[in-house]
Amino acid sequence: MNLAIVLNVVIQGVLTGLMYGLMALGLSVIFGVVRVVNFAHGEFAVVAMYATYLLFVGLGLDPLISLLPIALAFFAIGYFLQITLVNRFVGRSEHEQFILLVGLAIIIVNGLLMIFGPDARPTNLPYSLDSFEIGPLFIDTARVYSAVAALLVSAALFAFFRYTTTGTAIRACADNLTGAGVVGLNVKRLYAVTFGIGLACVGAAGSLMVTIADASPSLAQSFTLLAFTIVIIGGLGSMTGALVGGVLIGVSEAMASFFFAPSMKSMFSFALLVAVLVLRPQGLMGRRA
Amino acid sequence: MTRTTRRNFTAGLGAAGFVAGTAPFNIVRAQSAALKIAVVLPRSGYLAPAGQSCHRGALIAPKVLADYGHKVELVHIDCESNADVARTQTERAINDGAQVVVGAFDSASTLAMAQVCEQRKIPLIVNIGAAPQLTEQGYKFLVRNFPTGGMLVTNGLKLIKDELEVTKLDAKTAVFLHANDTFGTAQRGAMDKIFPTAGLPFKLLESIAYDPKAQDLSVEITKVRALNPDLLIVVTRAADAIKMVRDMVRQRFEPKGIISPGSPGLYDEEFYQALGPLSDYALYNLPWANPKSKMTQALEAAFKPAYPNFRFAVECFNVGFTFEALLVAAAAFKKAGTADGTELMKAVRETNIAEHVMIGPAIKFDDKGQNVGIPSAAVQNFHRTPTVTLPADVATAAPVLPIPGWQKRT
Repeated sequence: MNLAIVLNVVIQGVLTGLMYGLMALGLSVIFGVVRVVNFAHGEFAVVAMYATYLLFVGLGLDPLISLLPIALAFFAIGYFLQITLVNRFVGRSEHEQFILLVGLAIIIVNGLLMIFGPDARPTNLPYSLDSFEIGPLFIDTARVYSAVAALLVSAALFAFFRYTTTGTAIRACADNLTGAGVVGLNVKRLYAVTFGIGLACVGAAGSLMVTIADASPSLAQSFTLLAFTIVIIGGLGSMTGALVGGVLIGVSEAMASFFFAPSMKSMFSFALLVAVLVLRPQGLMGRRA
Repeated sequence: MTRTTRRNFTAGLGAAGFVAGTAPFNIVRAQSAALKIAVVLPRSGYLAPAGQSCHRGALIAPKVLADYGHKVELVHIDCESNADVARTQTERAINDGAQVVVGAFDSASTLAMAQVCEQRKIPLIVNIGAAPQLTEQGYKFLVRNFPTGGMLVTNGLKLIKDELEVTKLDAKTAVFLHANDTFGTAQRGAMDKIFPTAGLPFKLLESIAYDPKAQDLSVEITKVRALNPDLLIVVTRAADAIKMVRDMVRQRFEPKGIISPGSPGLYDEEFYQALGPLSDYALYNLPWANPKSKMTQALEAAFKPAYPNFRFAVECFNVGFTFEALLVAAAAFKKAGTADGTELMKAVRETNIAEHVMIGPAIKFDDKGQNVGIPSAAVQNFHRTPTVTLPADVATAAPVLPIPGWQKRT
């Protein structure tokens, strides 16, 4: 077995996994604080992909730049959505939350189908066919840029939660909701900010995903499932866990494809999920309830 | 006032009975002035590009068929690239009065529909769908005017041999990369069975299956690159064919030829638009529209004004086979003179249509409902246009192998 080829596969897996991780991070943040599982997560990622595509085609904006306005727009959408819709369902039974967000997901996908049709929309970046040649390794340029961008966005998010007053207040809500209310924190506003941050993450991730996949409504369900798998493996509500889970899934899929059969890679992701659920139900980085 | 005698009463009763007895036939004939056909296609989901292309063929078909004296009414159904949806929508269409079903590009969906049509005794005419089991499971209400996976591969491999001979390409190794859906798996089965006896001059190093819904094929191409074959033999769909080429360019893997023994993907408009010059030189051995047929010309004449943004040369495979499926149904209806499922199916099985769209002899079905006389042509992309390169008598250009490197395309 050629070690360089294996290393190539591992590196591709890590780079893809970082983008997966950023997408799952949004889901983890929302669940960790608001305690609502966003079943429309993948659908929002695909909306971001289309927005990136439109900005690229219309204004020539590179996805690495357009991720900033898109993340901001998604923050606003998330904030508005939480205040107008999701807040009414916080604290209600899980199946009601499920129906609400699945309904939203269906509306989004069908809306995209009506507007853009079923065909995949490629974003042909000038560097999308380039690769870095490092000795015997060929590493996709677009994937490297996107993975670095995903790391930067994740680092900014970690910094926000650790070093800002709002971030600390949101963590307080996640740790002790009653206590947060007692000390006078505006929990509803903080929930809205959190939902906004979660959607900003998925917006940024969607922007980056166009560098490796063409925008298509049919991607939405698989993104939602992927984000769930990652978050459960990493630990629901754990931000570090989401990133670690993303990389784990990215690498395991790549290795399974290479050593076994490409068509079996999803099987390995789900095998990993089952193993984590059996051996460490709270996830790799999650806290025991 | 006329007195009702026993004789009058009996005569009246007989007349009433006659009218009542023949009324259902009148209803059938009245309903069947135009044959109501449900056209089930994957117009959304991962098979959407091909499904939409077939749909375009279906949309222009009634006008062309009318010019040939056939009257049809089409009901267009999207099965969402999902076999379960195909099954339920077919059931619904039949409940709503569909007298024939045409579809469904995808073998898995077609198999699901076949069960419904069989139960309801409604003819199912397969436009495109290569899985052998469609005509091997004894369905009495199904015919297929499309080659089986085995026929495609047999014809395709023979053409590969011809292509290598004509271009004098010395290819010693190949890798077979295929989608793992029903069609791709059937093609794999046919390759495993037929390749060892096909007498090709190269060795098949490995067969690699991939998920056509995967976001990228980087690992798959890394695996192929590690094997470094002379030829890459592929069975793809449109979206994954694009991903495949992109990853080959990124990883600077340049085989001497990219050849499909019979699959979509390499000739879809989406493929040309996404890849530009990188889409050129891909070779695919498939049944193709006969440009010399009057019916093909009529179809093209109807296609152009209806779809100014699409090229008939690119779409003729999907459009042609979908049109032919509708033609088979319409011709059978004319022959049977009724829309009764059993009678109509009998006429469908006796089909003999000499003038049609695709290259090949008259459309006929064997005892299993399979048209066994559909040949393939070798088609290669030149300047983003499918161009017939073999057999020589219908070719408009010579095949080019080895293919130029990615950086040498214009």
